[in-house]
Amino acid sequence: MSRYIVQRLVTAVMMAILASAVIFLIANFVPGDPVLAQLGDIAASDPATVARWRAKWGLDLPLWERYGIFLSGLVQGDLGTSIATRRPVLDDIFQYAPATIELATVAFLLSLVIGIPLGIAAAVWRDGWVDSVARVVSLLGVSAPTFWLAFIMLAIFYGGLGWAPGPGRLDPIAFPPEGPTGLFLLDSVMAGDWETFGDTVAHLVLPSIVLAAATIGLITRTTRAAMLDSLQQDYIRVSRAKGMRERTTILGHALPNALVPVVTLGGLAYANLLAGAVMTETVFSWPGLGRYTFRSAAALDFPAIVGITLVVSVTFLLVNLAVDLSYALLDPRVRR
Amino acid sequence: MAAPQAATPQTTVPVLEVEDLRTVFLTDAGPVHAVDGVSFSLGPGETLGIVGESGSGKSVTALSLLRLLQEPARIVGGSIRFQGREVLAMSPRELRDWRGDRAAMVFQDPMTGLNPVKRILGQVTEHIVSHGRMPPKPARRRGIELLRRMGVAAPERAAAAFPHEFSGGMRQRVMMAIGLANDPALLIADEPTTALDVTIQAQILDLLRGLNQEFGTAIVLISHDLGVIGSVCRRVAVMYAGEVVEEAPTADVLEDPRHPYAWALVNAVPRLEAPAGARLTAIEGTPPDPLNPLPGCRFAPRCPFRIARCDTEHPPLMEVAPGRRARCWVTADGRSLPRPTVPATAERRAPATGEAPLLQATGLEKKFVLPRKSLFAQPAMVHAVNGVDLVLRRGESLGVVGESGCGKSTLARLLTRLHAPTAGRITFEGQDITTATPAALRSLRPRLQMVFQDPYASLNPRMTVGQILAEPLLAHRRAPSRAAAAERVASLLDTVGLKPAFATRFPHEFSGGQRQRISIARALALEPAVVVADEPVSALDVNVQAQVLNLMLSLRERLGLSYLFIAHDLAVVRAFCDRVAVMYLGRIVEEGPADEVITRPLHPYTVALTSAIPEPGRQRVLLGGEPPSTLRLPQGCAFRARCPVAQDVCATLPPLAEVAPGHRLACHFPGALAPLPRQERLP
Amino acid sequence: MSATTATSLPRATPRWRRRLRRYGPAWFGGGIVLAWILIALLAPWISPYQPNAVDVTARLQPPSATHWMGTDTLGRDVFSRLLHGARLSLAAGFSVVILGALIGTAIGTIAAWARGWWDEGLMRLTDLVLCFPPIILALAIAAALGIGPLNTVLAMLVVWWPKFARLGRALALVQRSQEYVEAATVLGLKPRRILLRHIMPNTLGPLAVLITLDLGNAILTFAGLSFLGLGVIPPMAEWGSMVAEGRELVEQWWVAAFPGLAILTVVVGFNFCGDGLRDWLDPKGRTQ
Repeated sequence: MSRYIVQRLVTAVMMAILASAVIFLIANFVPGDPVLAQLGDIAASDPATVARWRAKWGLDLPLWERYGIFLSGLVQGDLGTSIATRRPVLDDIFQYAPATIELATVAFLLSLVIGIPLGIAAAVWRDGWVDSVARVVSLLGVSAPTFWLAFIMLAIFYGGLGWAPGPGRLDPIAFPPEGPTGLFLLDSVMAGDWETFGDTVAHLVLPSIVLAAATIGLITRTTRAAMLDSLQQDYIRVSRAKGMRERTTILGHALPNALVPVVTLGGLAYANLLAGAVMTETVFSWPGLGRYTFRSAAALDFPAIVGITLVVSVTFLLVNLAVDLSYALLDPRVRR
Repeated sequence: MAAPQAATPQTTVPVLEVEDLRTVFLTDAGPVHAVDGVSFSLGPGETLGIVGESGSGKSVTALSLLRLLQEPARIVGGSIRFQGREVLAMSPRELRDWRGDRAAMVFQDPMTGLNPVKRILGQVTEHIVSHGRMPPKPARRRGIELLRRMGVAAPERAAAAFPHEFSGGMRQRVMMAIGLANDPALLIADEPTTALDVTIQAQILDLLRGLNQEFGTAIVLISHDLGVIGSVCRRVAVMYAGEVVEEAPTADVLEDPRHPYAWALVNAVPRLEAPAGARLTAIEGTPPDPLNPLPGCRFAPRCPFRIARCDTEHPPLMEVAPGRRARCWVTADGRSLPRPTVPATAERRAPATGEAPLLQATGLEKKFVLPRKSLFAQPAMVHAVNGVDLVLRRGESLGVVGESGCGKSTLARLLTRLHAPTAGRITFEGQDITTATPAALRSLRPRLQMVFQDPYASLNPRMTVGQILAEPLLAHRRAPSRAAAAERVASLLDTVGLKPAFATRFPHEFSGGQRQRISIARALALEPAVVVADEPVSALDVNVQAQVLNLMLSLRERLGLSYLFIAHDLAVVRAFCDRVAVMYLGRIVEEGPADEVITRPLHPYTVALTSAIPEPGRQRVLLGGEPPSTLRLPQGCAFRARCPVAQDVCATLPPLAEVAPGHRLACHFPGALAPLPRQERLP
Repeated sequence: MSATTATSLPRATPRWRRRLRRYGPAWFGGGIVLAWILIALLAPWISPYQPNAVDVTARLQPPSATHWMGTDTLGRDVFSRLLHGARLSLAAGFSVVILGALIGTAIGTIAAWARGWWDEGLMRLTDLVLCFPPIILALAIAAALGIGPLNTVLAMLVVWWPKFARLGRALALVQRSQEYVEAATVLGLKPRRILLRHIMPNTLGPLAVLITLDLGNAILTFAGLSFLGLGVIPPMAEWGSMVAEGRELVEQWWVAAFPGLAILTVVVGFNFCGDGLRDWLDPKGRTQ
């Protein structure tokens, strides 16, 4: 088991190093010109300004030298300085990450809490009304464009009915809670500030539902398929022949086996939620990584793009690692 | 082996009384009567076998007994009384309390019957606890005790293990422990040994018999193999098309079947003591369409003894002799059916020993490298074939037998050069084909054909039978035109006993036996000299198996084919081959004339194999243990660890040496383990 | 034994209901997709207005008889723009998926047939691309390449092929060991014939299912990137960018709502099609 963990860790680190090189290459080999994007047409027409600007950001050095600088910085936790915000990229990421982590985590929990039971019920009462509901929910979930769903939800529940608060993490006039994590839910609880807590929850409802929609669909589908498969196995018949309760048979025997593919998907889904928050955050004016990514991409802010892609990729790798490890916990056949 | 004894006389309440049980499958075409009026009764400690081909309703009967059927199957009539209680009237709760407690079931496939993510012990004990028999702690002790009784090695360690760490045989022992955990009065075993090798099957059957004698558990054993039933059950019910057609003491049915279907079943199975080369008795035709039951006897269309009454009047299950019932008008008056007349076989052409061999292998080896588990792991190696010398002469059939994992299928694929050997040499018609290029092989291929094991996987599902058969003809320009090819296809279909009109159909429209005939026709299309047949009949029912074997025998005579016949069933090889080679862990351990090797085996493994065949009267040499892993080759004789007569010298590899003309053996102690004498008639 | 064969029989629900359940979704999905393809082809002839015709006198008009889906901030007819938008969305979706499938399956098949180092190398490359979150990577590449439909399709291609490489490899590995492929080899058929007659027809099915299901996915992603401002250069009509233009206009909901609905219907259509295709291709159901 420990050998398995070590192997997975080493593989993950190697993949991360390779990934950094790939990202760096993409960011440097592509035709888009950051000078034009940053300085604007007028300043960019003056060669001296451009040269000064390029030297300042190290763009005049050869590629491999820049990668060397980038790598050595990386080791020291330095992802470079954002061209757009003129702040260290890592600082930016630390500032925006909590909002995204909070949103993605809530959406993830939401999709698990809805998707898994719905999938189980759909499989157990196959072709019944629960199954039909599950089918419609998952189909709409995976088919609706996130950004559009966000708009519709906002238009109906905020603009039309006024049931939900508007965009943002908090009321515009409210102060964010003091706290170490930047996760408002956690910080407000720790500070005992229940008013802010309530406000945070209210602001989270719409964006988390929107963000979770596709994941709910995927998890419902996967759970249903895995449960149907599992319920047809011989050991289910053996369990019934043993005289076990139907509940034990379904939740005790079928579910643990069905969870194996669901966990794989779940891990992937969580990482995708972190990344897919780009659109949700844009519509809900959510001050998270997604919006930061989008702004950096639009401004061709390469240090920021490289930094974010790297951080998100590493997170992706870590989540995959966690999935692999939980796999080993769920399925003894994987253990060695 | 002694005949199983009934533990108690028939005075107490029967454990199980089944009366007129009817189970249907609701399909769009209408209800299919899978079980159609089955009745029997089973006293405490008695043993009853239910035998029949696939589709006869035997497994559905077994599932109906515990009410384990699922939609769209439904029990629509009759009664099942367990110790006087009506099972069909039980509430779901009562049913749950009864199942796994007083009545238990063991299923066919031990590989899928255990939950892969749960530890063994929990699976053995959860229903001891849930039925309120014991609190968890003593239940665990009982679980380990049960595992030990079932012959699971190191039960304490096994208890904490997961199912994937066990072989099929060990898993079936665990399944038996699960079944017997609450000391039930009734155990239903549905084909418990079908997925296992013969030597392992012998171990499990022995265990079943022992449990019946020791605990007095009544057993219903479902099997397609009368031999298996004969070695455990005192009585047998023969099922055909959803009905019991004969019910009698097993020994009587084997000796003197009174229903023509039972007669066909008994005689379709090749027997070790039958004269070599004898044709098997095969009845033609297929079971009736379950949607349109016949007015008369359901077996009538296939029955060789049919009389006028059979077509019009459905026979009841009648007492034909004391303690014997049969559903047949012919034997209703108590007469026996005639013994099958063994069709005279044409004098076998003596293989031309002087001629150069057609196909020859020397020192053949094949190792497979397994995909690495991770970037850093050492790749594991499967030693599939480890030095095989083999000669196939013109007009000869050579059987290769062995248990799963012995490398026999790999050998077949090496000889046809589907795989490239790791070492050694293969010559075909005097030409070295060891390293022949694909293009060079293509011109040889028509002379060297192959028939595969799985009749479902070996035919391309998207081509019609006509296309499948015409393809090789056109590719090798054996037919000048499509019309000529179609003509040849028709004659090929005729050769293998199928209608030429079948050419327009797709493979999935055929039964397993018919598909295997198509496979054979495809192999024959190019007029080969050698046909390598990889377990061509092991996926088929006994009667269909007899049909296909007879077909292959007659083709051999008519077309002068040579066969290399891979099988796990010695009796089949005995019926089919001139010579036999016995394989164990990638090596030939004994080879010689089929008659000689099977009736007077010299290698201890051959002795064990022949004795493990479940035939009445055969005494078993029980082999302990299981074949070693192919991942690490043992030093010396591979059979050493299981061999009852092994000594220190066996740590050196015995060479395959000639001990008699044409009889080769790889053993340091030839004949040290003598086959046990046959036991005469059962008491 | 009989139990296993028999339990696969369908239950005795009425025939038409089973047929509807079986073929209904495929027909429904196929109908939607076909309708959208026709719309895309015929857009210039069936739309009532020029998609980019600005009319400042008719800004932000609600749906009416003259403008069925209202007008946007520049007074352009939403309905006409929506019809024209279908061209770009469908074209982008088809090109990404078909090119991605071609490249991916080619790589996967090569890896599976070559084995050894080619297999290792190609599959590690696949793993490498798969270790990036697709949207972020596509966003980064699209941003770097510059705005425009062609660049966005290129960026999507980079993240699209790996899943087809995995599938192609898995399919090829399965096919290699099929007994009917071995049988074809034993018959002495040429590799090209084996590939074309035996392997391809049996792999196209699963591939077609994935392609169909994936088309919806690709259209969604393309619209998403356009929504973020990368897919198209204004004033080109594209659904994602149309939603983006209307996203602040909660009162004038029609500007953003209809293009989104269009995306939803196309994706639902492809999903139904894919599911239907999978059921239809399942050989178990074709016996009768």
